[in-house]
Amino acid sequence: MSSIETTGHDKPHASFDTKPIWRTFWILLVITLVEITLATIHMKTDFPSKYVLNGIYLILTCAKAFYIIAEFMHLRHEIKNMIMTIAVPACLFIWFILAFLWDGGSYNALRNRYDRHYADQNKVKVEQPAEKPGKPE
Amino acid sequence: MAQAVPAGQKWWSGGKSPFNVEYGKLMMWYFLMSDSFTFGAFLISYGSIRFATNGWPNPNEVFKAFPFFGETNLPLVFVSLMTFILIMSSVTMVLAVAAGHNGDQKKVTLYMILTIIGGLAFLSCQAWEWTHLYHEGAWWGRNPFPNADMSKASTNFTNFFFTITGFHGFHVFSGVIINVIMLIMNLRGTFAKKGHYLMIEKAGLYWHFVDLVWVFVFTCFYLL
Repeated sequence: MSSIETTGHDKPHASFDTKPIWRTFWILLVITLVEITLATIHMKTDFPSKYVLNGIYLILTCAKAFYIIAEFMHLRHEIKNMIMTIAVPACLFIWFILAFLWDGGSYNALRNRYDRHYADQNKVKVEQPAEKPGKPE
Repeated sequence: MAQAVPAGQKWWSGGKSPFNVEYGKLMMWYFLMSDSFTFGAFLISYGSIRFATNGWPNPNEVFKAFPFFGETNLPLVFVSLMTFILIMSSVTMVLAVAAGHNGDQKKVTLYMILTIIGGLAFLSCQAWEWTHLYHEGAWWGRNPFPNADMSKASTNFTNFFFTITGFHGFHVFSGVIINVIMLIMNLRGTFAKKGHYLMIEKAGLYWHFVDLVWVFVFTCFYLL
């Protein structure tokens, strides 16, 4: 195998400079800070609503994943055919996530509808953990 | 965008690597893809169970402690620190790879040491968090935290938390071991003799993958 050549990867070349690395670092840091800020605002004011917030989190998470894969793992700079052998199978996740969350939600709806005991369980409140000795707050 | 390729380059006529990637590195990519499906299966089963449950504990009520701050209510602060540590160690890892490209053995050593320190710091944080939660009464099969609406929560919450962060922590641990081996090989001049630092790149891919998984674990357990 060693006789088959790859170009550029095994000798020093200039394209790997450190500037985009730090740019990616700042992007990841800023996105994480935005997520934490939004979470903190939500805790204090209940704005934005949890559903909107979860949507924002998922978009920001995908953005972070893109920057890690594209820049840190350098995938963006590989040959297109190779990128596709990674990206196309990863698309299975779209079906994977949708199908299983949908299934979970449907199972819950069915149980709430036909299983009285299951539905009632959620109405039983537990005592505040704060009242137990040795627990925080 | 994609790597610059001379026009009319015949990649598939033999004598060349069609993806222009060394064999081991390509296989590392495919291993990581299969590993992402393992983690994906874990996280999606967590999501599926969460959708199939009426109530769920509020993460801000559960993960609110910080070392040496006792009972102070500090949601998200500790996990933000852990995220920062892991991103930072990813940066030093890329810097090690970049130094390897330039054939700078000393810099590779420096950045590998920093990456290993970052990995150990992350593992220490996780050990502290697990210990803290254990003392609060949380473990596999035991969940002291009520749902956000104060109804009784199922143990699925703690089961998934410890299983998935544990599996991720194990990946970080093995990543640190791999990085230590890379550091020793570099100190012995193995890569300098070979004339390339591709092994550092492969270890780097694994290390970034660990960071990538943490991004999703962070969102799924601490934000959503």
